[in-house]
Amino acid sequence: MQPQTRDMTRKTGFSMAMYDRRRFLSRLLMLLSWGAAATGMLVLLLILGTLVYRGVGGLNLAVFTENTPPPGSAGGIKNAIFGSVMMTLLGTALGTPIGILAGTYMAEYGRNTWLTTIVRFINDILLSAPSIVIGLFVYEVMVVTMGHFSAWAGGVALALLVLPVVVRTTEDMLLLVPDGLREAAAALGSPRWLVISKVCYRAAKAGMVTGVLLAIARVTGETAPLLFTALNNQFMSTDMNAPMANLPVVIFQFALSPYPEWQQLAWTAALLITMTVLVLNIGARALSTQNSKNN
Amino acid sequence: MNEANPAPIQTQKPYLTPRDTSAPKLPMTEKVSVRDVNFYYGDYRALKSISMPIYDKKVTALIGPSGCGKSTLLRIFNRMYDLYPKQRADGEILFEGKNLLDPKQDLNLLRARIGMVFQKPTPFPMSIYDNIAFGIRLYEKVPKSELDDRVETALKRAALWDEVKDKLNQSGLGLSGGQQQRLCIARSIAVRPEVLLLDEPTSALDPIATAKVEELIYQLKSDYTICIVTHNMQQAARVADFTAFMYLGELVEFGETSQVFTKPKQSKTEDYITGRFG
Repeated sequence: MQPQTRDMTRKTGFSMAMYDRRRFLSRLLMLLSWGAAATGMLVLLLILGTLVYRGVGGLNLAVFTENTPPPGSAGGIKNAIFGSVMMTLLGTALGTPIGILAGTYMAEYGRNTWLTTIVRFINDILLSAPSIVIGLFVYEVMVVTMGHFSAWAGGVALALLVLPVVVRTTEDMLLLVPDGLREAAAALGSPRWLVISKVCYRAAKAGMVTGVLLAIARVTGETAPLLFTALNNQFMSTDMNAPMANLPVVIFQFALSPYPEWQQLAWTAALLITMTVLVLNIGARALSTQNSKNN
Repeated sequence: MNEANPAPIQTQKPYLTPRDTSAPKLPMTEKVSVRDVNFYYGDYRALKSISMPIYDKKVTALIGPSGCGKSTLLRIFNRMYDLYPKQRADGEILFEGKNLLDPKQDLNLLRARIGMVFQKPTPFPMSIYDNIAFGIRLYEKVPKSELDDRVETALKRAALWDEVKDKLNQSGLGLSGGQQQRLCIARSIAVRPEVLLLDEPTSALDPIATAKVEELIYQLKSDYTICIVTHNMQQAARVADFTAFMYLGELVEFGETSQVFTKPKQSKTEDYITGRFG
């Protein structure tokens, strides 16, 4: 390489000094961006490491089989895990179908209409609305009217957080489906709804499922909306019409308590939530890479 | 719908002047008659008073430089433009005596009878089998065994059966470009349409795949009326019985392919086919 470069220098008036300066700048910037990426990774690893370090010790069968204990005694977080699963399921079950239908309208039927523009704008606001505001809203609308905290209200609050994510990803993923595919389906004589449900949904499936998974991951760790709606429950409760324990609020309450047993359970609960979110995210990532390979 | 109407259409206008009178001509009926059709993209008039016949069980080629309106014309025949709100057509296109531009025309039924294959292969994201069965299931309730037969027949007619018979359950997206295009043709003919519209079906294919598709077009014309848009004039000369030359949204010349290519009546046609412009 070297002789060739020298040769080029002679022939074209290429300045070696300029080249060296540029190469130095390039390496400097490379180092800076590498450092920034490493810092981000490091923070994430520190969080995960701390959680594993503090949480794994408390991980035993009792965590899954016993309810939250009174102060000063051992126990588990069965009721909180159950409550979190129930309310997340309810939130997903309510938010996903509405979100998919709304996203379908925006990408398929109402492209470039004023209604879609308005809905997209409002949806973007909802997407970035602080979750505490959602919690307050549901508190006002459901808890106050019903007169008590309840798991129903918690599920609805989570649904309001799932909804905008699903609307957004559904619309984006359907817009990525090439119009040629829609034309091809229409050219066979398929009515519009079959073009969408049998062809467009299939083409956008991986992306849409990814969106739902990410939405679930988002609400799994939400504390504020549940604090205002489902509150908490010392005991195992399957009554959706009553306050229900859930992981984030238990973490909040136990971590701030002076009792070491509670603090340990809070760490373990935090580890569980983080691992769930991690698995959901990895699942979503796996799905989307698989999708990009297939197309 | 009925066979009573074609007669008056025949007498409408002598589009053809038989070049070789010694060869007896079979009686031909017009499957589709285009009469004074205009087309608009918003305010822009893309087609200007087009009138031409599409003869039954013949191949008609639409040729002309890019932007001349040949794909636009093809997409009127199955009302594809209806998917886009700002596009509209006026005039008359008679299909079995009825104007298919009539707003009351049921588009899904129309498209089941006038099939279309696109420039870029458009396999659906599902198995090869389901790609073919898709269109059949839309309008017919057929038992599994008959559906299998229909799928096999369609794939055989599209000269794809031997290549895919062992992987019918694999995704249609895994096929090569040429195979995907033949899959799309098979999907269209599985519905048993009467007219087949081909929009530059070989422009994305290599010469071998192109030859297969052309051979296929030749085979299919015994059963279907075919209208093909092509940029490739040799292709038009090879596969088409009739050729329409379009330029800037107007139909410059329509005639038997041999006549258009050897004795064009318009100097513009001659310039184009001899490569002097376009």
